[in-house]
Amino acid sequence: MTNNSEVTRRGSNAAATAQSGSAGQRGQSGEASIRPPVDIWEDKEGITLCADMPGVSKDRLELRVDGSNLIIEGQVQLELSGKAEALYADIRSSLYRRTFSLSGELETGKIAASLKDGVLTVRIPKRAELRPRKIEVRAS
Amino acid sequence: MFGTTTNMPSSVFDELWRLQQEVDDLFGSWSSPLGIRSLPPGSFPAINVGQTSEGVDIYLFAPGIDPKSLDLAIQQNLLTVSGKREVKVQDEASYYRQERFSGEFRRVISLPEDVDPERVQAKYVDGIVQIGVQRRESARPRQIEIK
Repeated sequence: MTNNSEVTRRGSNAAATAQSGSAGQRGQSGEASIRPPVDIWEDKEGITLCADMPGVSKDRLELRVDGSNLIIEGQVQLELSGKAEALYADIRSSLYRRTFSLSGELETGKIAASLKDGVLTVRIPKRAELRPRKIEVRAS
Repeated sequence: MFGTTTNMPSSVFDELWRLQQEVDDLFGSWSSPLGIRSLPPGSFPAINVGQTSEGVDIYLFAPGIDPKSLDLAIQQNLLTVSGKREVKVQDEASYYRQERFSGEFRRVISLPEDVDPERVQAKYVDGIVQIGVQRRESARPRQIEIK
């Protein structure tokens, strides 16, 4: 039996000091991350991404564009009453992380994001000159 | 001569067995044996349960729901959670991914036997439903004073 004091972070502090150079996609704390489920759709103006990140508050969410990659990161914050021992856990990490590569016609400087009830919505507009234009066929 | 696949050195089965052992090492003592009412991994909402000597805290990872639509019921030590999450589908758009759960859900969580169903609190913060159930006074550990 594990005797951890936290429900999601299975002794992450102890684990972080014990781990050195472990492989895989891990966050800064040395913890394995959760891939949040996403919906992605495109319309004429741009692409919208919705990600489920329950437990992440605005100040623990990080959204950044690195080169052509969009990186989404969030830390789960659970309100724990003192010394809690985990009985059951579907969520075994406290870090959400997912990366998407963007393409050139997207306007990365104009990305807008909002977070409500653990759902992150990211709007990535297309460059105005590259939006599909309807070509009218005029009868002569 | 009649070697079986199970004792063939480094067969595919060995590799699979070894992989399973590694997974068991990671999660093993945690997830097994399976609860009779447990759902397969990835079911909505994900649940974490923590306990202290005073009570049990249940966390439902249920982002984007209307907390009023959530139905929480506790009968003795069985907590039933049911509700609906409707993810609006955009008509004028083409989808690349639809991974987020949409529809009705129901999960049953069996709590320790000594919880008091009369003393339950619940709140919804950042997409997590946090439910706190107190344990019965008589079940709590008591300090015995030596005179």
